[in-house]
Amino acid sequence: MYKILHREDLVPGIHLFRVEAPAVAAKAQAGQFVIVRVDEKGERIPLTVADWDREEGSLTIVFMEVGTTTRKMAILKKGDYILNFVGPLGLPTHIERLGTVVCVGGGVGVAPIVPIARAFKEAGNKVISIMGARSWNLLFWEERLRSVSNELTVTTDDGSYGRKGVVTEPLKEILDSGQKVDMVMAVGPVVMMKFCAKTTNPYGVKTVVSLNPIMVDGTGMCGCCRVEIGEKTKFTCVDGPDFDGHQVDWDLLLARQHIYLEAEKRSLELWEQREGRETNA
Amino acid sequence: MPKLDLNRQPMPKQEPQVRAKNFNEVALGYTPEQALAEANRCIQCPKHPCIDGCPVEVPIPEFIKALREGDMLQAVEVLKSKNSLPAICGRVCPQETQCESACTLSKKGAPIAIGRLERYVANWELNQPATSKPAVILPPTNGKRIAVIGSGPAGLTAAADMAKMGYQVTIFEALHIAGGVLMYGIPEFRLPKHIVQSEVEYVKSLGVDIKLDSVVGKVVTVDELMKEQGYDAVFLGTGAGLPMFLNIPGENLNSIYSANEFLTRINLMKAYLFPEYDTPVQIGKRIAVIGGGNVAMDSARCALRLGFEEVHIVYRRSRAELPARQEEAENAEEEGVIFKFLTNPVRFLGNKDGWVTQMECVEMELGEPDASGRRRPIVKAGSEFMIDVDIAVIALGTTPNPLITATTEGLDTTKGGTVVASETTGKTVKDSVWAGGDIVTGSATVISAMGAGKRAAASMHEALGG
Ligand SMILES: Cc1cc2nc3c(=O)[nH]c(=O)nc-3n(C[C@H](O)[C@H](O)[C@H](O)COP(=O)(O)OP(=O)(O)OC[C@H]3O[C@@H](n4cnc5c(N)ncnc54)[C@H](O)[C@@H]3O)c2cc1C
Ligand SMILES: Cc1cc2nc3c(=O)[nH]c(=O)nc-3n(C[C@H](O)[C@H](O)[C@H](O)COP(=O)(O)OP(=O)(O)OC[C@H]3O[C@@H](n4cnc5c(N)ncnc54)[C@H](O)[C@@H]3O)c2cc1C
Ligand code: SF4
Ligand code: SF4
Ligand code: FES
Repeated sequence: MYKILHREDLVPGIHLFRVEAPAVAAKAQAGQFVIVRVDEKGERIPLTVADWDREEGSLTIVFMEVGTTTRKMAILKKGDYILNFVGPLGLPTHIERLGTVVCVGGGVGVAPIVPIARAFKEAGNKVISIMGARSWNLLFWEERLRSVSNELTVTTDDGSYGRKGVVTEPLKEILDSGQKVDMVMAVGPVVMMKFCAKTTNPYGVKTVVSLNPIMVDGTGMCGCCRVEIGEKTKFTCVDGPDFDGHQVDWDLLLARQHIYLEAEKRSLELWEQREGRETNA
Repeated sequence: MPKLDLNRQPMPKQEPQVRAKNFNEVALGYTPEQALAEANRCIQCPKHPCIDGCPVEVPIPEFIKALREGDMLQAVEVLKSKNSLPAICGRVCPQETQCESACTLSKKGAPIAIGRLERYVANWELNQPATSKPAVILPPTNGKRIAVIGSGPAGLTAAADMAKMGYQVTIFEALHIAGGVLMYGIPEFRLPKHIVQSEVEYVKSLGVDIKLDSVVGKVVTVDELMKEQGYDAVFLGTGAGLPMFLNIPGENLNSIYSANEFLTRINLMKAYLFPEYDTPVQIGKRIAVIGGGNVAMDSARCALRLGFEEVHIVYRRSRAELPARQEEAENAEEEGVIFKFLTNPVRFLGNKDGWVTQMECVEMELGEPDASGRRRPIVKAGSEFMIDVDIAVIALGTTPNPLITATTEGLDTTKGGTVVASETTGKTVKDSVWAGGDIVTGSATVISAMGAGKRAAASMHEALGG
C-alpha cells in the first residue's frame, strides 16, 4: 500500500499525486515510469515519473482522466492509498552534454518533460522548451518548465494563451533559424510525437520520443508493449520507453493503442453506474 | 504375496461439456473411499523406486501408509518434510514421467496414483482449522539474512527451507502477487489460485517476509542487496519469463498475443471476470494457438472457457511429439480443442485497421531426429494454405528475462540466456549468489524448480557455516 501524501488538481481532468514510495524514489530518473494498480480488481497502468523527492521518499505522478483506472484514481484523496506502485521501470532518458536540446511537451506530457529538461540543463546543455495544450485552461507547470529551460514557448491550439497553433510550428522555426540543434526530445500524445519526428526528419536532427503503448507487467514478461523501431520488434517497457522517433512505426503504435477501446468503454460505463449508485446513496 | 490390485482409481472430473464453459477446477479430487482404495493398492516396496522418481524425494510409501492407517496428520507431516507445496505438486507434477513412472506397478500399467493421493492429503490439511494443523516450530534465528529473488516454486522452496534453518529470509517479487507462473501462467481450472495463496501463506508463517512490487535490477540490484542492505547470500529464482515469438511478418498485428500476455490477463488480472475486474482480453470466434506444450494447452482451454467457438492448436510436429502432459492434451481434446498437427504458420495477414484476420500456414513432414531426439519437421513445398483467425496466441516457450543478468556483475550466462549454476548445489560463479529453477534450466517443471530451491538452500546453509 502506497500513501498519497499530496494531491493537486492541476487543470480539469489532470491531477498530481505525490506518493510515498521511498525505494522507487531513491532510484527514479528522468524518463522512467511506474506501474500502478489502484485496487484489488484494478488494471496495471503505466505512468511516467514526473518528479521525485529522495529525502521525503516520494514520487510524483501526473495523470489524465481517460478511463476506469485514471477515473478511480481521480477520486482518491490525500491520505488514501494506492494498492500497487512498481518502479522505476524502463530505461532512463539518455542524458549527455550535446550542446542545444529542444524539449517538447504536449498535454499531460508536459509533466514528464520537466525532469528531462532539467537533467539536460544540469548536464550543461542549452535547453529550448516548447509546451502546448488545446486551450489556456489546460496548461500547467509553465513556470516549472521555464525554470529548467533557457527559453520557453507556449502554444495553444485555439490561441487563448501564448502562441496560437501546435508545437511543431515553433519547433520548425527553431530548426530554420540556423542555430545548431543537437537533439529534440518529445513527450506527449502519439500524434504530437509523430509530427515532431516528421518535422525534424528533413533536418536530420536526432529526435527521441517516449512511447506509450498499452502495457501489463512492465518488466518484459508479456510483450503487450511491442513496437516496431526500424522494422525491429522492441518491448517498450524494457528497451524503452525512449526511441528514435524517425524509426518508429507510428501506425502500428496507434493501432495497438486501440485494441481494447470497446472493452474500456464498457468498463468505464459500468464503473460510472456503480459510482453513481454509491454517491447517490 | 497378496494379489496385486491393478484397478487404479480414476480421478472424478467435471464433464467435458460442462467444464469447457467454466473456470472451476476440472479435477474434483478423490472421495475418502477412493483415496483409501488407491492407497491400499500400494505394496510398500522395500526398495521404494517411486522415491527415486521424485525430484524432491518425497517419502511416498510412508505417507501412503499413514494415509491408509487414517493418520492424516502424520501423512501431512511426512509429505511436508520434503515438499512444502504438496497441494500444488499433486495437481501439476508430470507424475507420469516422474514418481509414477518409477512405481513398481507401472510395469503392470497401473502405477499408484501418487499425485492424486498427494493432492488428497494436502487438501485435507488445507481444510483443517488452523489449530489442528501441525504447529510450525522454528529454530531460534541465527541472525543471517537471505534475499530470494522471485516467488515462484524455486524461490518459495528455497525461502521456506532457509527459514526453517533459522535464517531471516526476504523474498523480492516483481509482480503484485507471489507465486510466479503458478499465479500468472497456470489457469485456475488446473490450479486454483486460493491453493497457491495458502501455500504462500504457509511460507510466510515461517517468518519469510515477501516484498511485492519489487523488480530487482530496477529498484535495487543484487550487488546492492549484499553490499548496502547486508544480505549474506542471494538466491535467484526469477524463472524464464521472456516470451519467444515466431519472428514472421504480421506478428505485431492487433489480437496477436504471446501466451504469457494472454494467460497473465486471464489468470493474474482475472480478465475472465471482466468487466467486474478492470483488465480486458480480446474475445472472438476463432482462435489459433501456436505450440504444443502445457502453455499451449492452457491457452487453448482458457479460450474455450472465454467463449470462443473454434479453438485450434497449431503444432508443427505430430501428436507423438507433443511436449504437453498427455493428460492435459487429452483434457483439451475432450473439451473440444481442434488439433492441427504438422502445420506451421509463415505469416499473419490483417485488415486496414491493423487487426489480424488470417494466418498463412505450411504443411510439414517429419525428417530425421534432431538434437532433442524428436524428428525434425520439414516444410512440404507448395503446401501453403490460409486459416481465418480473430485471435492468435504464440505459445512457443520462454527464456530468462535478462533484467537480472544485465544488472549483476560477474554472473555467467549461456547463449540461451540461462544462468550457469551447479546442478548439485545451485551455486553460481559469483560469490554468495545461488540460482535455481527455470532461470537455470529454461522452462521446466514446478517440481524441478522446487528441487533446485531445496538443493540451493542446503548448499547456502553449508556455505554460511550452518
Ligand atoms: C510508459 C508510459 C508512460 C505513461 N505516462 C503517463 C503519464 O505520465 N500520465 C498519463 O496521464 N498517462 C500516461 N500514460 C498513459 C496511461 O498509461 C493511460 O492513460 C492509462 O493506461 C489509461 O488507463 P485507464 O484505465 O484510465 O483507461 P483505459 O480505459 O485503459 O483507456 C482509455 C482510453 O485511453 C487509451 N489508452 C489506453 N492506454 C493508453 C496508453 N498507454 N497511452 C495512450 N492512450 C491509452 C485507450 O485507447 C482508451 O481510448 C503512459 C503510458 C505509458 C506506456
Ligand atoms: C502456462 C504454463 C503451464 C505450466 N504447466 C506446468 C505443469 O502442468 N506442470 C509443471 O510441472 N510445470 C508447468 N509449467 C512450468 C512451471 O510453471 C515452471 O517450470 C516453474 O514455475 C518455474 O519455477 P521458477 O520458480 O523457476 O520460476 P517462476 O514460476 O517463473 O517464478 C519466477 C518469479 O520471479 C519473478 N521475477 C522475475 N524477475 C524478477 C525480478 N527481476 N525481480 C523480482 N522478481 C522477479 C517473477 O515475477 C515470478 O514471480 C507451466 C508453465 C507455464 C507458463
Ligand atoms: S512431488 Fe511430484 S514427483 Fe514428487 S511424489 Fe509428489 S507428485 Fe510425485
Ligand atoms: S513403488 Fe509404487 S507400489 Fe511401491 S512403494 Fe512406491 S508407490 Fe507403493
Ligand atoms: S508490458 Fe509486458 S513486456 Fe512490456
